[in-house]
Amino acid sequence: MNQDINITITDREGKTHQVLAPTDMAMNLMEVVRSYELAPEGTIGICGGMAMCASCQCYIKSDTELPEMEMDEEAMLAEAFYVKDNSRLGCQIPITSDLDGLKIELAPEEP
Amino acid sequence: MIKTDILIIGAGPTGLFTVFEAGLLKLKCHLIDALPQPGGQLTELYPKKPIYDIPAFPEVLAGDLVDNLMEQIKPFEPGFTLGERAEDIEKLDDGSFIVTTDQGTKHHTKVVAIAGGLGSFEPRKPPIPRLSDFENKGVSYMVKNPEDYRDKDVVIAGGGDSALDWSIFLADVASSVTLIHRRNEFRGALESVDRVKELKDMGKIKLITPAEVVDVNGNGHIENVLIRKNNNPEEDFKLETDYFIPLFGLSPKLGPIANWGLEIEKNAIKVDNSLDYQTNIPGIYAIGDVNTYPGKLKLILCGFHEATLMCQSAYQRIHPDKKYVMKYTTVGGVTGFDGSRKQAPKAVVRSID
Repeated sequence: MNQDINITITDREGKTHQVLAPTDMAMNLMEVVRSYELAPEGTIGICGGMAMCASCQCYIKSDTELPEMEMDEEAMLAEAFYVKDNSRLGCQIPITSDLDGLKIELAPEEP
Repeated sequence: MIKTDILIIGAGPTGLFTVFEAGLLKLKCHLIDALPQPGGQLTELYPKKPIYDIPAFPEVLAGDLVDNLMEQIKPFEPGFTLGERAEDIEKLDDGSFIVTTDQGTKHHTKVVAIAGGLGSFEPRKPPIPRLSDFENKGVSYMVKNPEDYRDKDVVIAGGGDSALDWSIFLADVASSVTLIHRRNEFRGALESVDRVKELKDMGKIKLITPAEVVDVNGNGHIENVLIRKNNNPEEDFKLETDYFIPLFGLSPKLGPIANWGLEIEKNAIKVDNSLDYQTNIPGIYAIGDVNTYPGKLKLILCGFHEATLMCQSAYQRIHPDKKYVMKYTTVGGVTGFDGSRKQAPKAVVRSID
């Protein structure tokens, strides 16, 4: 049976939220943030999850093992702003049971 | 002054299909789009990506969908104002509107249909302090007239196609071109990457990677940029330049439409979805991704539906005294404004002796 996992998300105002994310809905991290409305619509996931904008950029705050970056994500992060060593695009991280306990912080909105 | 029945703001799939539905009702359409070509995000962001949820198309490339829509609406001779952004709206006493673009083009229309998608595509501006102080004073986010840069020192930042292509082009125009990118790898057409390497080897482009511009300085006009190499502040150095062109692609912004007095919720325009997708201002409709209502889904197929209902309402607004019944195209055919006529072939009835 698929179980929900725990994720800790710090929003752009600095507020921290503990959320449950389903592993059986083919969701990604960006969609989890949107489903809990932790960032206003229109400020996250603008391209719909194609790694073509960086509106779902987040910083990984736990040592959770994540899937490797693919070319698209790497290239988009090379053009994004506020990028740090622990930056990832939420839309490129599928929710799996391996992610239980993940802690992330949303990157600031681009000007 | 451009005159039309329905002025559509946004030439994405929803805006384009509106031309067809309006055309069936003999209403003329004109479209404004900030991008230089029709198609909206489909053409600008992902022309080669397949879409799987267009009814009756098991799979269609975004670019092909736009080509098909352009073909479908051709008989209705839509007008286009491309590469301009709708800026101001004025409601006249007779209920019609004048919409003016950022370049001053005026459109007089009976009805406005905002099909603006995510907004108009605007250059992404890097968060460099005081960068905005130097806009048009040596800093610009696009190359409008390459001649402006003749025999000048130019710094370009970015790693995509536009940064590569303009570096190549300006290498022959400017007295020096410096290309700065955060990584050693570029994301662009292979030929462009190769050409930049050639020009670098020939000494015509100076390449600084991995690096980024972290500050700009000048007195009135830009004089130098501060470059940080390897993410290490200790390696910061100044580079004298006449121009700085950050090219980081485009991102959509709702823009001036947000100031038209329309009710906005969640970065989208609130409409009446129980009736006709009209906004709080009578005569202004909002359809497709740009609108919101309970249960809204940002899907192309939903935009098509919204456009169809909206056109019926627009017809009644433009012709309050006329009676109208919806006709199937299978029955009524399609009569274009260009004189073309498409019709189902008549079945021949013949007796069997």
